[in-house]
Parts: sequence; structure tokens; C-alpha cells
Amino acid sequence: MNQTLFQKLGGEAAVDAAVDIFYRKVLSDDRISGFFDDVDMEKQAAKQKSFLTMAFGGPNNYTGADMRRGHAHLVQRGLNDSHFDAVVENLAATLSDLNVAKEHIAEVAALCETTRNDVLGK
Amino acid sequence: MSKFTFNNISYTCSENETVLDVLLAHEVAVPSSCRSGLCQTCMMQAVKGTPPGAAQKGLKDTLKAQNYFLACCCHPDEDLELALPDTQTARVRATVSNIEKLSSDIVGVSLQCEQPLDYKSGQFINLFGENSLARSYSLASVPAKDQHLTLHVRKVPDGRMSSWIHHELSSGDSVEISLPVGDCFYTPGNAAQPLLLIGTGSGLAPLYGIARDAIAQGHTGPIRLYHGSTNVDGLYLDKTLRQLTRQHENFSYMPCVSDEPVEQQDIASGHVLDVALQEHAKLAGWRVFLCGNPNMVKAAKKKTFLMGAAMKDIHADAFLPSA
Ligand SMILES: Cc1cc2nc3c(=O)[nH]c(=O)nc-3n(C[C@H](O)[C@H](O)[C@H](O)COP(=O)(O)OP(=O)(O)OC[C@H]3O[C@@H](n4cnc5c(N)ncnc54)[C@H](O)[C@@H]3O)c2cc1C
Ligand code: HEM
Ligand code: FES
Repeated sequence: MNQTLFQKLGGEAAVDAAVDIFYRKVLSDDRISGFFDDVDMEKQAAKQKSFLTMAFGGPNNYTGADMRRGHAHLVQRGLNDSHFDAVVENLAATLSDLNVAKEHIAEVAALCETTRNDVLGK
Repeated sequence: MSKFTFNNISYTCSENETVLDVLLAHEVAVPSSCRSGLCQTCMMQAVKGTPPGAAQKGLKDTLKAQNYFLACCCHPDEDLELALPDTQTARVRATVSNIEKLSSDIVGVSLQCEQPLDYKSGQFINLFGENSLARSYSLASVPAKDQHLTLHVRKVPDGRMSSWIHHELSSGDSVEISLPVGDCFYTPGNAAQPLLLIGTGSGLAPLYGIARDAIAQGHTGPIRLYHGSTNVDGLYLDKTLRQLTRQHENFSYMPCVSDEPVEQQDIASGHVLDVALQEHAKLAGWRVFLCGNPNMVKAAKKKTFLMGAAMKDIHADAFLPSA
């Protein structure tokens, strides 16, 4: 079913279309921009692509443990539910900019929700 | 923990050390500069064993295939036998054909290569000096127009390579350089796209090359070049660029001075990034080139992206100092 969500959204092309828009929103959002203030924007953008692929239900090799490990240094810096909500909000706004149907946006948000505990190290 | 050998001596590399860390800790003379995977001065070759892919980022495919890698990014995951790059395949000899003073602290260096060098304006070469000193300098020349390679070298206070270039190097000297490196250059294919070029100090070198290369390749869209300097003396290509403006309708040049009052009407007062972005509120669809001071480049990447330039359209070379 996830694979079909990824297909419904337009697959890798959808990720490519979304990555600049999403990253621009995140960098402009004072609530969370501090977490993404990497020296190397290209590297950070590549990670955004991994994030979007995963959030769109696309093929990826990340496990829950990877998500836990990958965000542990951010949890130490104070990453919490409000930041998680802000990311999901920016993601929904990105998809809405791209004219993605409401029900698909809801599916993406639900998929993100399943990673909340791992991302926040709970 | 892994082992590697170099010049018949064996070294151990712990998990958080790079090959370069280990060699420098043992005072082995190998070239290095940025220590962040950007300049490629630390390139070495694994003559036995395979270097990790992460240590080959940015290298040309032909070099990757020959197991070349960057020592400053290399955490070996198997035992390796290492060598410095073979001068035949990875380096080029060149003769200094001219050195001219461009401002009080910038010189232009022209090099004549033994064999023609296949390069793109805006890429850089590494110049090798004595005692394994190596530093990167960007190419201001245009292959289709200029006979020589041209570099613009700013004198850094107590800088080893830049002082040597300013005070010792002279016409007729022979030097060793690397093959061209980097992806900050003009690519044809979208001739009407507007171009924004922002540079500080000798960061003008690659931009001057890129702008003239774009013109030579028939670029029709606007080409907007902004050069920032702390003082008026540092606007070292002012005359040449004003002339280029008169010759090409789609090219414009704006010099900016940040740290001293300016009387001239045709020089902007302020920091180059502020001046450039004030005149361009929206950058969707633009191609952007940023070179010079690392802090300027970092800020400019973020700002131009937020103002609408696509990530794939932002090209930059931060002139990272040696670490
Ligand atoms: C991709 C790339 C392209 C480059 N292109 C050019 C170019 O076209 N023209 C050019 O002039 N330079 C360019 N540089 C910078 C150049 O490679 C050297 O770093 C520079 O010439 C200083 O080398 P040095 O041996 O003289 O100084 P070093 O002996 O390495 O440095 C001496 C001291 O000065 C400090 N220092 C070094 N640079 C600066 C600086 N800019 N401001 C303040 N302190 C500094 C060092 O940290 C050190 O403490 C480029 C760098 C990179 C990474
Ligand atoms: C919606 C749930 C989330 C998912 C599925 C997710 C997924 C990912 C993925 C796949 C990566 C790339 C890992 C890598 O390859 O290195 C990543 C990295 C990152 N994530 Fe998340 N993420 C989520 C939430 C968040 C939140 C809420 C924040 C902060 C507000 C955040 C900040 C980051 C940062 C800063 C990185 C880069 C870390 C680094 O520099 O190494 N993520 N995330
Ligand atoms: S790339 Fe290794 S020192 Fe610059």
C-alpha cells in the first residue's frame, strides 16, 4: 500500500519537485531552521531527499533504529513534539503547493506519525 | 582499526582518524590544504586494496577507477598500500609565462602547460611547491580564447604559498600543477537563463572566467557580475570589466566597496552580497555562481536559495583556507 502511495504521489519525480520547496520552507521556519543550519547545503539537501522518499512511502533501507540513531544528536539539542509537528506541517504545505490531493497528504502525515517515537527517541 | 603502508612503512589508523591525520601525526610529508574533501590536494592512490567510496567523492571517474582517493576523508575499512599520485597521470608541468601586479595584494599568474590542459573556466588547479606545499587556485582564463592558464593570487599575511608566488616566483620558472578540479563552471544548454555572479577579493578570478566563457559560448540571457572588496584598490579588474560591459549588451558589472567611503558614482557602497540581493529580489529561474570568502559563500548559498534559485542552479567555490 505504501508503494502505491509513493506511486500516486509521482515517485522520484515528486521527491525532486518537492525537495527545494520543502527545504526552503524548513529553512525559513524559525521554529526548526536551527536544526538544519548545516554548513554544507548540498549534503543537507541530499538528506532531505531521503526524508521525503521515506515520508512518501518510497523505497528506503531505514529502520526504526536508524531513525533513532540519526536524530539522537538532535534530541540532545532539544528536539521535541512541537518540532516534529512543524516538520509535518511544512511537508503538508509543500504537497499542497504541488496540488497534491488532500487525502494523499493525510496519508503522508499518517506515515510520518509512525516514526514519531523513533525520531524523538521515546 | 585498520593498517596501511606508505613508502614501506606500516601505520595503524584508529576509527576516528583519517589517513591524512595519521601521516601528519608521524610528520610524513604529504600535501594537504582544506582537510574537508574539497580541494583534492591530499589525493593519494591505493596500489593495493580498495579505498572506501566516501573518500572518492568528487573525483573524476577515471581517477576513481585507478583507486585514487582523498586522504583527508579516508577511514580505511581494509588494509591498504598507498602511494602519492603518479606524476604522469595526475599532474602537469607548466612554465610561468607572466606575472603581473593587479592590485596592491593580487597578482595575475599566466601558465603555459607542456600539454594542452582540458579545463573549464572557473574550475581550479592545485599548485605544488616545495616541501609538499599545495594550494588551490581558480582558473580565470577561457580555453577557447586564451593561450595561457591565468590565476589571480591574493597575498595572505604570512601565507606560505601566496608569499612564495608574490615574492619568489618569476617568468620562466617551471611548476607542477594538478589536473583541473571542481564543478563551478558554465554549462551550455540554457542560453537565455539569467546568471548572477557574486565574488569577493580574488574570488573574482573564477567568475571572470565563467562570465567570459558564457559570452564565448553564445549566452544571450543577462550576466550580472558583482565584485566585492574592502577597499577601492581591491577592484582589480575594474577597467577590464567596464570595457566588457561596453562590448556586450547582456553583461553588467557592479563593483562594491565595504570598508571605506567611496566618492565615485559608479561604485556601490556596502557589502557585495547585500548590494547584489537588493537589486534582485526574486531569483527563481536564475543560475548563481558564488566564489571567494567562505562566510560570504555560505550565507549567499542560503540566501539565494531562499530567494528562489533552485539548488541545482547554485554553483560555488568557497576559498577555504588551509587547516
Ligand atoms: C577551491 C579553492 C579555490 C581557491 N582559489 C583561489 C584563487 O583563485 N585565488 C586565491 O588567491 N586563493 C584561492 N584559494 C585559496 C588558496 O588556496 C590558499 O588557501 C591561499 O592562497 C592561502 O595559502 P597560503 O599558503 O598563502 O597561506 P597559508 O600558509 O595556508 O596560511 C597562512 C595563515 O593565514 C590564514 N589564512 C589563509 N587564508 C586566509 C584568508 N583568506 N584570510 C585570512 N586568513 C587566511 C591561514 O589559516 C593561516 O593561519 C582557493 C581555495 C580553494 C579551496
Ligand atoms: C517525520 C519524521 C521524520 C523522518 C521520517 C525523518 C527522516 C530522516 C532521514 C531519512 C534522514 C537522513 C538520514 C541520513 O541519511 O543521514 C534525516 C536526517 C535529518 N533529520 Fe529527520 N526525519 C523526521 C523528522 C525530523 C524532525 C522533526 C527534525 C527536526 C526538526 C529532523 C531533522 C533532521 C536533520 C537535521 C537531519 C540531518 C542530520 C545530520 O545532519 O546528520 N527530522 N531524517
Ligand atoms: S581535499 Fe583533502 S585536504 Fe582538501
